[in-house]
Amino acid sequence: MASEAKSFDIAGAVKDAAFAGLVALGVFGPLVGFNTVPNMQNRLVLETRWGLLAIIVGLVVVGRFLLSVWQAARAGHVATVRAPLSPAIRKALPPGALVALIVYPAMILALTGGSGALKWIDNFGIQILIYVMLAWGLNIVVGLAGLLDLGYVAFYAVGAYSYALLATQVIPATFPQLGVWAFWICLPVAGLLAALWGVILGFPVLRLRGDYLAIVTLAFGEIIRLVLINWKEFSNGYEGISSIPRPTFFGIPFNASSSGFSATFGLEFSPVYRTVFLYYVILAMALLTAWVSLRLRKLPVGRAWEALREDEIACRSLGINTVNTKLTAFAVGAMFGGFAGSFFAARQGFISPESFTFMESAVILAIVVLGGMGSLLGTAFAAVAMIGGTELLRELEWMKLIFGPTFDPTQYRMLLFGLAMVAIMIWKPRGFVGTRTPSVFLKESRAISSSHVKEGHG
Amino acid sequence: MSDAILTVEHLTMRFGGLLAVNDLSFEARRGEITAVIGPNGAGKTTVFNCITGFYKPTQGRISLATEGEPIYLERLPDFRIAAEAKVARTFQNIRLFSGMTVLENLLVAQHNRLMKASNWTLGGILGLPGYRRAERAAIDRARYWLDRIGLLDRADDPAGDLSYGPQRLLEIARTMCTEPVVLCLDEPAAGLNPRESQDLATLLRFIRNEHGTSLLLIEHDMSVVMDVSDHVVVLDYGTKISDGAPQEVKADPKVIAAYLGVPDDEVDVVEAEIGL
Repeated sequence: MASEAKSFDIAGAVKDAAFAGLVALGVFGPLVGFNTVPNMQNRLVLETRWGLLAIIVGLVVVGRFLLSVWQAARAGHVATVRAPLSPAIRKALPPGALVALIVYPAMILALTGGSGALKWIDNFGIQILIYVMLAWGLNIVVGLAGLLDLGYVAFYAVGAYSYALLATQVIPATFPQLGVWAFWICLPVAGLLAALWGVILGFPVLRLRGDYLAIVTLAFGEIIRLVLINWKEFSNGYEGISSIPRPTFFGIPFNASSSGFSATFGLEFSPVYRTVFLYYVILAMALLTAWVSLRLRKLPVGRAWEALREDEIACRSLGINTVNTKLTAFAVGAMFGGFAGSFFAARQGFISPESFTFMESAVILAIVVLGGMGSLLGTAFAAVAMIGGTELLRELEWMKLIFGPTFDPTQYRMLLFGLAMVAIMIWKPRGFVGTRTPSVFLKESRAISSSHVKEGHG
Repeated sequence: MSDAILTVEHLTMRFGGLLAVNDLSFEARRGEITAVIGPNGAGKTTVFNCITGFYKPTQGRISLATEGEPIYLERLPDFRIAAEAKVARTFQNIRLFSGMTVLENLLVAQHNRLMKASNWTLGGILGLPGYRRAERAAIDRARYWLDRIGLLDRADDPAGDLSYGPQRLLEIARTMCTEPVVLCLDEPAAGLNPRESQDLATLLRFIRNEHGTSLLLIEHDMSVVMDVSDHVVVLDYGTKISDGAPQEVKADPKVIAAYLGVPDDEVDVVEAEIGL
């Protein structure tokens, strides 16, 4: 871009836009302009859709022109590195968000009056918080230690199946009287089992780096899923495990019985109590994840993770056992994945291998990358945008007003989602939070620009 | 004359058909600065990588004298050489953690001590006082070295923001935070201007005199080598061609031949003279 071009070149921009329109016409002309439909005799006839074509080409022309205007406007400014939010807002954001999260169920109940509340607390609240927790767990591996893990869902699955199998088979067979406490007993066990599997996976693969590590972790995720599908005696294959005990209010089940939660507290029975309780459970679990990872970051092990992301050879030259350091990152990340999986199984009451596909790993990784720089706040926002966004995209009925009644908006959900991701990665290539906060400081803590921070290489 | 702290005996390193280091033996003495010099491709960095465990030598023995039994470095993996044998190194192309602050760089170097103080993270996560004390001590040590290299004001800046000279000094300070017995410096003066080279020489002498650390350095900058070293080893094609005090080495005809070459018609004469 010519730096001295201060006046905006309108003729050039128009020419550019016209050319873009021409290309769009060439591309979309045959694809959109013509449509084959079967007529009454069930023969294919050619139909033309010049109107739709005109709209698309028009959008491209206008879009290209606006892009030129925007680029010209931006070229006038000196590019400056600045934090996305002012320090005051930055400081007030975490406590503010926390308060909002705590009052969220009450707010929803008040707004919807109970009937529609389940959807908002469950689909938006709990669903998003599960992903926030998963992303914060994966953030330890990818964001801090810089190890690209494409198979994180494996640990989620280990956690979910650990809880499901322990609660449906082991506990009834050994200590049936502990049934109501199943969730609270199995939660830590599931986390530890997932951490164990993190170490088991970590040992052979951590000598690999970068792309190779990513491929092996991807394979590990698939292996776990395929084992769950095929080892029918163990996991009941595709049918999955059903009637998994739901979490209890510290021993008091959420049911309509006389010893249930509603009866004990003298309330009218409603399924909403369980959902609200689950919401607070996952909120507490997510906050625990955040607290632990914030804490670890300021400890030598966390600093070693970040140093590992920056330069592994330098770490070894300083006497850091890089294998152990990577293994702890894997294990801690996997443990939180296991906790989340265990919660997922308890919330659903039913799990099958279908829930643990590569797509889940990809979404969690996308949240971490979108959040940026190992930042917890950025990751939380990314989870809200990604999971809340895809949920909101289910509500696209209004698009029928524009594109006609035959238009099925749900089919375009993933397309719009992909477009949004591309746009965000162009706009903010290092994620929502483009700076790194130092773990320790002598006089004042200054944010570190993304240009210095490395992504890690395995 | 003091005793040897690091003894390299019959070190040979082969990469396939290439003989990078051939039957090299030398000693680095306690409390001295030993320089390894030689033309490009003489095998200096390979020797360093063997000493610090980044390569496993094909043959030979590298022993570090301690109060008890000597430690044989060729048997240890690289990180244990730094952690247990206390032989630390810097790199020819600076390897700082550029996305971390200057202070963080110096704290990462004290990883093992802090790890122990944090009871392998458990005590640290609970905020036990022992860890907090250890962290304060670690920050004080970092502060001491930052003061020494004149970077105290930049402690909270990312290491990648420093210019080249300060980065070199920071890398040396970072290795010193591991409290090494032997410090190996791979071309510490490369890319420094004369004034920065002076500062470097002062720092190296300070490390030798005040901390009793023995230094081993690879260097191209002859003014630095002649200025600071107590002892010089000259390599060419992986073989030691000279060994002695800087002034002796400087006058050695083999060294002059290796560095400057000789006219074609004198090759036979010179080769006969130096016994090649």
